[in-house]
Amino acid sequence: MAGFLEFQDISHAFGAIRAVDGVSLSIKQGEVFSLLGPSGCGKTTLLRICAGFQRPGAGRVILDGADITDLPPEKRKVNTVFQNYALFPHLNVFDNIAFGLRIAGRSRTFIRYEVERMLDLTDMADHAGKRVGEISGGQKQRVAIARALVNQPQVLLLDEPLAALDLKLRQRMLVQLDAIHDEVGITFLYVTHDQGEAMSISDTIAVMNRGRVEQTGSPAEIYEAPRSSFVAAFIGDTNFFDGAVKRIEGDYSLVFIEGLGDVTVFNDKQIRLGGAVHLSLRPEKIDIHVEKPMPRTNRNLVQGEVEEVVYLGSSTKYWVRVGEYRLAVQRQHRRFLLDERTTIKWGDRVWLEWHSDDGYMLERYSEADEELLVLPDIEPEAEPDTPAAGAGVPGAESVDGEAS
Amino acid sequence: MKRSLFPFLTLCFCLAFFYLPLAVMTVGSFNNSRFGGAWRGFTLKYYQALLRDRDVWICLENTLVIAVTATMVCMALGTAAAFALHHYRSKLQFIHQALVYAPLVIPEILMGMSLLLFFVALRVDLGMGTIFIGHVVFSMSYVALTVLGRLQDFDSTLMDAARDLGASAWTAVRKILLPLIAPGILAGGLLAFTLSLDDFVVTFFVSGTGSKTLPIYIYSSIKHGSPTKLNALSAILLAVTFLGAFISRLVAGRGERADRIVGSGGRRGF
Repeated sequence: MAGFLEFQDISHAFGAIRAVDGVSLSIKQGEVFSLLGPSGCGKTTLLRICAGFQRPGAGRVILDGADITDLPPEKRKVNTVFQNYALFPHLNVFDNIAFGLRIAGRSRTFIRYEVERMLDLTDMADHAGKRVGEISGGQKQRVAIARALVNQPQVLLLDEPLAALDLKLRQRMLVQLDAIHDEVGITFLYVTHDQGEAMSISDTIAVMNRGRVEQTGSPAEIYEAPRSSFVAAFIGDTNFFDGAVKRIEGDYSLVFIEGLGDVTVFNDKQIRLGGAVHLSLRPEKIDIHVEKPMPRTNRNLVQGEVEEVVYLGSSTKYWVRVGEYRLAVQRQHRRFLLDERTTIKWGDRVWLEWHSDDGYMLERYSEADEELLVLPDIEPEAEPDTPAAGAGVPGAESVDGEAS
Repeated sequence: MKRSLFPFLTLCFCLAFFYLPLAVMTVGSFNNSRFGGAWRGFTLKYYQALLRDRDVWICLENTLVIAVTATMVCMALGTAAAFALHHYRSKLQFIHQALVYAPLVIPEILMGMSLLLFFVALRVDLGMGTIFIGHVVFSMSYVALTVLGRLQDFDSTLMDAARDLGASAWTAVRKILLPLIAPGILAGGLLAFTLSLDDFVVTFFVSGTGSKTLPIYIYSSIKHGSPTKLNALSAILLAVTFLGAFISRLVAGRGERADRIVGSGGRRGF
């Protein structure tokens, strides 16, 4: 089935820079669809193409079965919430929201009714008469949403709508935005560089990088089953390994990773014997033990030494050296931490354990994406009193597999 | 703590320096004495003489007609120049910028002379038309620069927003751009108006024999006519100027308020 809003093979270049490079997307009616990526990945250009501020160099935009590629912005049934809100400073809150309806020549009573409905929806009824300069950032945000929604667009475009707000306000607005979406039920196209925002509000996420779509899927699919090293590293944190298939045992394969050893991995990509494998392993999927646990089937177990500990409140992050690798491990504190007898400290020898299903095989791998990983600000070589751990060879840390 | 009297005295001196001559002139306009000097009793006869003087009224009319028309043309041309300067990026813009700035720094006498030579070379009859052209030439830049200042503070995404909400390009200009830069156009217009109103040098060169504006009339009256009538005329002009300054303060005040609002929208203010 064709989507409600479709981008068909869109390309656009600014001079020599290909901002959008052959993007095709299909967006369902009523869903919250996020374009997620770092700055300069082309997500805002795509949004501007959808709004009509930018004519694409190639490709078509289809909305509800009609080709809108060549329509000017005022002829499209889409409305935009701008990053800096772009409220009209010479008009008050009411007149800002009423702007679109007045242009459309609606009756005075209709405008009054609709604007007041929007003021209620966005919780701004007490501020209708205020000038734009007199309200706070969060309130401006809500006026911008009301001003767009009052025109009953087929798609609401949101361009980094929360970027200018502080953290607490951002979280509150996100919840409110979600509630507004439930209320009006129209399609949202949401552009953001913040993975947390995208994960919590979206039905579908398209992760973009360098003008291309890396992966499209539900937030859980994107997080759990990243197709490329970029997606794995940009969303959340992860560990990368590369190795080769040594033996195949049913659905699982034994992968030899140089500098780490043999690990079992769920072979969903049907890699043949001897084939190269790139793995992504999320830090929170790794269990960290002080005592050696009982070996279990489908569990990988390695021993290493803690190099860095960062306490984050709800969890603690450890970086553990195992052979040539430094693994990020995240441990959730479910009990009162200060009572824990076995606090893991810097320099402790620990056991790491993870399920074979949790090392996920990547389809595409680029070493450049290792730059995206969060790493502690330490260089092992610079600290001579740190004993090299496990089977690792001292001084051999500068291998590219180290994810640094 | 003992406060120094010095700043206060300086202030008094400055104010006296500015306003004493004006006060003397105003008082003189009511002095029943032929040549000024000692007080000989209150009279309004110079004002009456002024009312009967047809020349004064003709000159005043000339001055106002030129000031009003030149101001309107300046507002239109200056705004257009500011748009062009702001909108188009090209190497030639550097030259355009210089050309817009030049009239602000070129000595007036030079401009008056060159205009005169130009008009003579083209065999244009000197008169109201040439005065009007001269005034437009030297005041247009003021409008262009004040409007340019407004435009530089104008957030272009507002135009995107207006288009997004269904406004055509022209409606967006009319409903969003013009209201927001109007204070700049108005302030520039006011500048142009006052410059035109009291211009002497350029007008002197290009006015020819027939048409006179008020400044030219005053100048020639001092040389040939009665200074007492001029006192009365000047007193009236002074009153009108004060009124004008007061009104312009009110207008500028409103402009500043608009700036504050624009500024708090996340853009830099003036």
